[in-house]
Amino acid sequence: MAPKKVVLRFSADIADKPIIYRLVKDYDLVINILKANVNPQKEGTMVLEVRGDLYAAGLDYLRHQGVLVQDLTQEIARNEDLCTDCGACTAICPTGALYLERPSMEVQFDSDACVVCYLCLKACPVRAMEARF
Amino acid sequence: MDKTYAEINAKIKEGKAVVVTAAELIDLVAEKGLAQAAREVDVVTTGTFGPMCSSGVFLNFGHSAPRIKMHRVWLNNVPAYSGIAAVDAYIGATEVPEDDPLNSNYPGEFRYGGGHVIQDLVARKPIHLKATGYGTDCYPRREIETTFTLDDINEAVLFNPRNAYQNYNCAVNLSNRIIYTYMGILKPGLGNAHYSTSGQLSPLLKDPYFKTIGLGTRIFLGGGIGYVAWHGTQHFPFIQREANGNELGPNGGTLMVIGDLKQMSPRWLVGTSYLGYGATLSVGIGVPIPILNEEIARLAAAKDEELYAPVVDYGEAYPNRLPGNLGYVSYAQLKSGKITVNGKEVPTAPLSSYPRALEIASLLKEWIQKGRFLLAEPVQLLPPPTGQPEPAKLK
Repeated sequence: MAPKKVVLRFSADIADKPIIYRLVKDYDLVINILKANVNPQKEGTMVLEVRGDLYAAGLDYLRHQGVLVQDLTQEIARNEDLCTDCGACTAICPTGALYLERPSMEVQFDSDACVVCYLCLKACPVRAMEARF
Repeated sequence: MDKTYAEINAKIKEGKAVVVTAAELIDLVAEKGLAQAAREVDVVTTGTFGPMCSSGVFLNFGHSAPRIKMHRVWLNNVPAYSGIAAVDAYIGATEVPEDDPLNSNYPGEFRYGGGHVIQDLVARKPIHLKATGYGTDCYPRREIETTFTLDDINEAVLFNPRNAYQNYNCAVNLSNRIIYTYMGILKPGLGNAHYSTSGQLSPLLKDPYFKTIGLGTRIFLGGGIGYVAWHGTQHFPFIQREANGNELGPNGGTLMVIGDLKQMSPRWLVGTSYLGYGATLSVGIGVPIPILNEEIARLAAAKDEELYAPVVDYGEAYPNRLPGNLGYVSYAQLKSGKITVNGKEVPTAPLSSYPRALEIASLLKEWIQKGRFLLAEPVQLLPPPTGQPEPAKLK
């Protein structure tokens, strides 16, 4: 099974629980933490690559613990009304998720390749890249 | 076989003018040869859409009762220059609110500045106006706070002292730290290369000797009709050459432009923020080039392969105004997605939108074909390239 990328959101009251430990130990999932921002007593977020036979059961466990689980692709979006197709993001994006179609030179966004690093949010001069929660 | 402005305008009025974009002219010359293409084509349209910091709007708000002589003016909390008559002001594209953290939290975000005010104005959103005065016998009021939209005020005139740069540096970073510039985020050690013209569509690259562009040239400006008012500030056009004398296309020309903001559109005047640098305005400009003779057609048909940008280090050389560059790259190379600098392959990205530039050239073509837009013969042409530009240096 190919790894799936998910975004996890922890509310402040569960941020101190060993949830990821249980996910690995009890459900035998192979995880790769792509990004994490977890602080005691605060809301936290984590971007995970997850693989394993008990993937569905593992995600159910997370939800049962009160973790909000979303597909990664829902996270960064391009607001096409704002984007001017300038291209300023395309050499900044580390994974090639944002790239120029040639010869039209239109900016394309392949959300499957996005790792939610947020660099495009900084690089976009017209703030067309949006993090959607 | 030479044509005049009057002859071309007569054909436009009859709906018979042959108008092509600069990109289409290149194909036409390849297909039919220069002489034939120059005979057939009456007008070539160009376009560019990118950040142009030297931009702003003159406003006249109309008078309140009682009257106020505005001494300080803020639009959506962004200061406007009011050192002119009582209710006149100029909002500049790069102005930011007085309480903006700027680069104190480096790199600063500069989320809202004069360029954003201009976009909100032209989008006909309500604008918050605050003004203070010191009170005079004829202008007793000392403060006003109100909201207005573009339609409520007497005049709003876009007047941009330097736009449509003929050509621009391809910016790289030789230093070992990430830098935040008006050429975008530049990664250390030649991590990326940013450029900012539309190449073969760019207005001043298509008339390098200023044989047709001058004071009074009618243009596409911000989605409306504007005019070339003067040469732009820092207009120092020259022809780039290699050491062996080979020409590498023009560089250094600029335009000062003016037009009625009330006709324009937020699609073509876009508030823009560069991380760590500042706020600005992206402006859409299109210039029509009348094909008066074969030489003008030849120059307007210059291809991306024949137009070059100098590669400049923004880590050390640019900020310290060190002379020289790291070589030249063609727009064909830049658009391919990678160039080679100091022996290293470097990914490229534009800051000016080629799709928007093409849309402008196509819109202008449509306006001319429909007889909505006539060519204006310049009162005086812009200064042509000189051998050796000598920009002033502050001591």
